Amino acid sequence: MIWKVVQQIAKSGIRTEPAPDIGADAQAEASRIQAELLDILGQALTIREVDAGSCNGCELEINALGNPYYNLEGLGIRFVASPRHADMLLVTGPVSRNMETALKRTYEATPEPKLVVAVGDCACDGGLFGESYATCGRVANVIPVDVTVPGCPPPPLDILRGILTAVRRRVS
Amino acid sequence: MKIPGLDVEFAPLPAPVPVWYGTVSAQEWSAAAAAVRDEGGRLVAVWAGKAIEKEATSAGESRAEAIFSAYVTLDGLFWLVLPLTPQDGVAAYPDLSAVFPAASRMQRAAADLSNVHARGASDARPWLNHGAWADHSYPLLQPIQNLPKPDPQALIDYPFVRVEGDGVHEIAVGPVHAGIIEPGHFRFSVVGEKVLRLEQRLGYAHKGTEQRMTQFDPLQAHRLAGRVSGDSTVAYAWGYCMALESATQTEIPAAAKWLRALMLERERVANHLGDLGALGNDAAFAFALAQFSRLREDWLRGSKAAFGHRLMMDCVLPGGVKNDLTRDQADAMVQSCKTIEQEVRRLQEIFEAHAGLQDRLMTTGRVEPALASQLGLTGLAGRASSQAWDVRCDHPFTPYDKLEVRMATHHNGDVAARAQVRFDEVFESLRLIQRILCELPNGAFQTEVRLPAQACRGMGWVEGWRGEILVALELSDAGQDKRIVRCHLHDPSWQNWPVLQHAVMGNIVADFPLINKSFNLSYSGQDL
Repeated sequence: MIWKVVQQIAKSGIRTEPAPDIGADAQAEASRIQAELLDILGQALTIREVDAGSCNGCELEINALGNPYYNLEGLGIRFVASPRHADMLLVTGPVSRNMETALKRTYEATPEPKLVVAVGDCACDGGLFGESYATCGRVANVIPVDVTVPGCPPPPLDILRGILTAVRRRVS
Repeated sequence: MKIPGLDVEFAPLPAPVPVWYGTVSAQEWSAAAAAVRDEGGRLVAVWAGKAIEKEATSAGESRAEAIFSAYVTLDGLFWLVLPLTPQDGVAAYPDLSAVFPAASRMQRAAADLSNVHARGASDARPWLNHGAWADHSYPLLQPIQNLPKPDPQALIDYPFVRVEGDGVHEIAVGPVHAGIIEPGHFRFSVVGEKVLRLEQRLGYAHKGTEQRMTQFDPLQAHRLAGRVSGDSTVAYAWGYCMALESATQTEIPAAAKWLRALMLERERVANHLGDLGALGNDAAFAFALAQFSRLREDWLRGSKAAFGHRLMMDCVLPGGVKNDLTRDQADAMVQSCKTIEQEVRRLQEIFEAHAGLQDRLMTTGRVEPALASQLGLTGLAGRASSQAWDVRCDHPFTPYDKLEVRMATHHNGDVAARAQVRFDEVFESLRLIQRILCELPNGAFQTEVRLPAQACRGMGWVEGWRGEILVALELSDAGQDKRIVRCHLHDPSWQNWPVLQHAVMGNIVADFPLINKSFNLSYSGQDL
């Protein structure tokens, strides 16, 4: 049994590498992200993801950040289960009115530096759902936002860039 | 066409699947439910019809014209219409939840959105409205020219059912969850480690999708339909387009039908790969997550290369699909199917030989076939509990009639069975994709959709990866700008969420994430 597992791991090899469609730049960027994170924070970055009403498309791509290709944890970035452990909130969706209070409370529970990255078209400007009786529209209508990452949904590397931009911008 | 035991004639709607439409009286409304149950059929959806102006009142006030239900029997899908006549200002219809328990939440949602009430229903708590809009302002009854200002109230304190007894305590989870998942609230009543009862409160992702649909041009609304639940974007977009093409009596080119099926099967594989990895991970087998998420990433990149979008959003359009495949793309896809199949087979062997993993999966979160049938468990989870329904097999339309889909079923109804059905469906979809790529017809892949001058309606019915997606569409006539007056989008999660409450009973709290993931239901899809 364990032999098969080991065999499969060896066969798969290490897949963490730049996404093929953007070439060597990505590898360089990944290393730079890691170095900058350590310089800026002096520690790993912890993120609490909040779905404030998305269609779950953005969640699929945020989850993809954890796969061996992007290897988010290898960069020193980790998703945590509570806002109280988080440096950053990654928020998706147009903020539904039913989630407005929960999002505000999550923001309040997050310690400084309280970075906020709004992920996806809905989080950036309300997207196709817009503002209505049921949604407050973009995330910035409810809590302060540092960086927006457009896309429907944005591909994993764009989300990663957004995370780094927020860290960089807040410190400089 | 008739439902046996019910003396109502149903007329066919033009659609690739057998859909029958008929008007019933209040008495026949109840009789139909009993007749369908006796036939071994299922309830798919209950929703309220479009808003019409109220008779004999001040101008501007509206009410729902009718209440609709959709049933499936072996003959196909029956769309029942019960016109409503309000008495003392209340529009009511006979409750269906006594016959089909799955009706309960759909009825509560219809009450929140359209002010129609199920007479005799045992549960009348609000479902989608958590206080976001005023009680008397029903979102689906508002005229499009005069949308109401948002009127958020204080959040409603939801009356959960309390379990009392020695040592019973509650665990409240959500709406912000610990993982990267959608928002919802779970209230567990537990003794020690054992779950006595789970009650869900959903609706947190309610974004007014159905109201928003009426503001879209019918030829553009597939984009919003494709965002009802992002993981099922192809299924929803196809469901909407099928409904539109059914309403407008548009015949799409053969290549478009095959390419839609190709995308739907790709979507199924992508989701199953993700779920199998996550299932392993929730049983502390991180190896599975690393392996399957790697395969999923390869697969999504394949979709991007072929269709220009990793999840294939906006690739199914009214009248056809966005693009055709080149021969090279098709060849590359066949090759990737072969590679992935080999890898998944190897991983399946490891899953099956891993005693520790199987120990976590087997007998966990069990839904017996009898309970599944009673509660209406549907789709993939239903098939893992002997509910052998699959639109692709039951009513095969082009290209499924040529492909002869082999339905995957299991009778154990536990987490292991739901994992097994996923494995089987991955292999079957990989086979289908390769067949489709071999036999893909040449020629046009788009046609023009012309909106008719008269009011019309249509139905779309597609087997998404989670289960059947239903889209019921009503368009207005030329006098009212040929717009969408009502579009109901039904997700199989409506049926399956309540069954999850039963599946966790008697299990330990620590197994909940595993059981929940084995269903992997959509929040956004049911919250709308």
